[in-house]
Amino acid sequence: MCERMPHQGYRDGAGGSMMQKTKLVEALTGNYAAAYAVKASDVDVIAVYPITPQTTIVEKLSEFVANGELNAELIHVESEHSALSAVVGASAAGARVFTATSSQGLELAHENLHIASGIRLPIVMAVPARALSAPISIHNDYGDVMNARDTGWIIYIVASAQEVYDTIIQAYRVAETANLPAMVAYDGFLVSHTVEPVELNDEEEVRKFLPRPQRPYTLNPKRPVTMGPLASPDWYYEFKYQQATALREAYKLVKDVDALYGEKFGRSYGVVETYRMEDADYAVVTYGGAAYGNAKAAADMARERGIAAGVVRVRLYRPFPTMDLLKALEGVKAFAVLDRAIMFGSPAEGPLYKDVATAMFMHGVDKPAVSVIHGIGQRTMYVEDMYKIYTMLKERPNKEVVFMGVRP
Amino acid sequence: MKVYYKTLKDLPREELFAPGHRMCAGCGAAIAMRWITKTIGPNAVIANATGCVEVTTTPYPETAWMHPYIHVAFENSAAVASGVEAAIKALKRKGMWDAGDTKVVVIAGDGGTYDIGLQSLSGMLERRHGVLYILYDNEAYMNTGIQRSGSTPKYAWTTTTPVGTAVKGKIQWKKDIMGIVTAHRVPYAATASVAYILDMVNKIKTALEYTEEGPTFLHIYAPCVPGWRYPENKTVEIARLAVETGYFPLYEWDHGKLKLNPPSNNHLDKSKRRPLKEYLKLQGRFAHLTEQEIAEIEKELDAYWEYLSRLAQL
Repeated sequence: MCERMPHQGYRDGAGGSMMQKTKLVEALTGNYAAAYAVKASDVDVIAVYPITPQTTIVEKLSEFVANGELNAELIHVESEHSALSAVVGASAAGARVFTATSSQGLELAHENLHIASGIRLPIVMAVPARALSAPISIHNDYGDVMNARDTGWIIYIVASAQEVYDTIIQAYRVAETANLPAMVAYDGFLVSHTVEPVELNDEEEVRKFLPRPQRPYTLNPKRPVTMGPLASPDWYYEFKYQQATALREAYKLVKDVDALYGEKFGRSYGVVETYRMEDADYAVVTYGGAAYGNAKAAADMARERGIAAGVVRVRLYRPFPTMDLLKALEGVKAFAVLDRAIMFGSPAEGPLYKDVATAMFMHGVDKPAVSVIHGIGQRTMYVEDMYKIYTMLKERPNKEVVFMGVRP
Repeated sequence: MKVYYKTLKDLPREELFAPGHRMCAGCGAAIAMRWITKTIGPNAVIANATGCVEVTTTPYPETAWMHPYIHVAFENSAAVASGVEAAIKALKRKGMWDAGDTKVVVIAGDGGTYDIGLQSLSGMLERRHGVLYILYDNEAYMNTGIQRSGSTPKYAWTTTTPVGTAVKGKIQWKKDIMGIVTAHRVPYAATASVAYILDMVNKIKTALEYTEEGPTFLHIYAPCVPGWRYPENKTVEIARLAVETGYFPLYEWDHGKLKLNPPSNNHLDKSKRRPLKEYLKLQGRFAHLTEQEIAEIEKELDAYWEYLSRLAQL
């Protein structure tokens, strides 16, 4: 793995963004981009535990702390369960916190996902997505993230090292405004370990973008509160309803913060990103890095061969961007949802497919839509495979599940 | 230990554990909670593991806690406290902590300590967080209705170690949690009993002050009325008999030195200990014991005292 990156980037005097006179660009992996974003966000407490492919984030953060570049407490926990527990405690005490995990680590920490959102703590966590055991695989798919999708967290799934960097900073602003935890997921290895040029913000400007919030409740002896109480049937539902409402309302907040970030730093993404969708008849809907890049290349290929193809990327997965997604797919004749996770025994095995289908059903939209499963355990998804999806949509616009790239 | 309180008159007056909680009449843990909260004073954050104390003290929208208090889950109170301690340290360094010298205290039962919470406890001790971890030991999972834990003594009846025709009570011995904790080379660890309040509060205060150096641990013996099957007016008597019979010795591990505290300091001489039967016979959980089984428990207890005496000579 090419983990040793030059510490100094170059300064490009020409300047690309509106607000910054000079821009600092570094060659970074997705994981190092995450670490740089955490450093820029002036995080106070970080729980550190290794798991592939997440490990290089906490290695980099440990270097920052060891070199005095980041004023944070590292907690070298003995498991991911304790990692999330420790940042729950630290966040409850009022600190800005970070942790990161993948795959089995996210599974081990799972009960704390619900507790973090239930106590309404603005934790930010990076998840380079990885397949789940058994059999054990260190490679990418989204089985881990999809298993955590209904835990009350804001979930971004991002597509490049640059977007990892930008989204982690945005996530702090969103989480601390909504009092909800936020997860920033991206392809394990394919994004986490791929080196890309990443434009870094002036850290002073990031800190201005992330002022310390007035948290309504923290663990402080001057203002004692009880957190995590016992709720009877008379109360439990109200807690959970408020939580559900807060997550729904975070939809607008995510968009606003993204727009604000764009004004300040010159980069924004929206909640649903589209490629050549203006006049598209057929679309592939997907998430994360690898599928998106290849899908774009496949759309280009399809268009060269006379198919009006486009791509829709869901960047915000929770809360689900229903209206933006419906709008993106308004004009298409048929579409496929490309999932890199299997929901065993579901009516359709693709998790995003099920969300899209529900959104359409609820809004009276009925179109041919295929659930395509691919990239499981990082099975290579070729541009040719994506191209085949477009031809399939054109020739056989059905509602069905297709497992691509697998030996029967 | 340092003697902060010489007589009952010196004990802290301020009550920080509010009435109205739902703990049982005669609950040993309730006595412990009252004295823990009084002794640690108001400038502390409490992290509580799931268990009897947690469910009976926080029925929303009420709470018995005047401290800032957090309950997260069963197995992770030591990890949560690690986070709180680290947060206070970081926020202090950045000038963002306005409450001064705030202590961090864990309160967890035997299930949350001996069993499901052992890993996170070990992690907290190894990382040397300045946290006082208090175990209230009622020797079974009482919150869920009296199931065996790693702390349940041999032959004790619980609902998962019933007295049947083929097997009678728990088959295994109680785990030596103090041995596990002291193996982490913590600055201070001690046993205490709700029957010996002065000893207990001085140990709480000592352990709290030692958190400046690193993690400290208190093992408080807390009898359980429904779980041990005895009348609710016998809690203190049973807790005292546990010490007087040598079943639960009072001692402290202070920077690598073991010291037996009164009255256990006289109990190296077996003749100074009251017969074990006096302790066992008051409790329904031991009602089925045969003479032979009692003799076996006594033999194990003698071996334990032999082990303690060797440690005391180190």
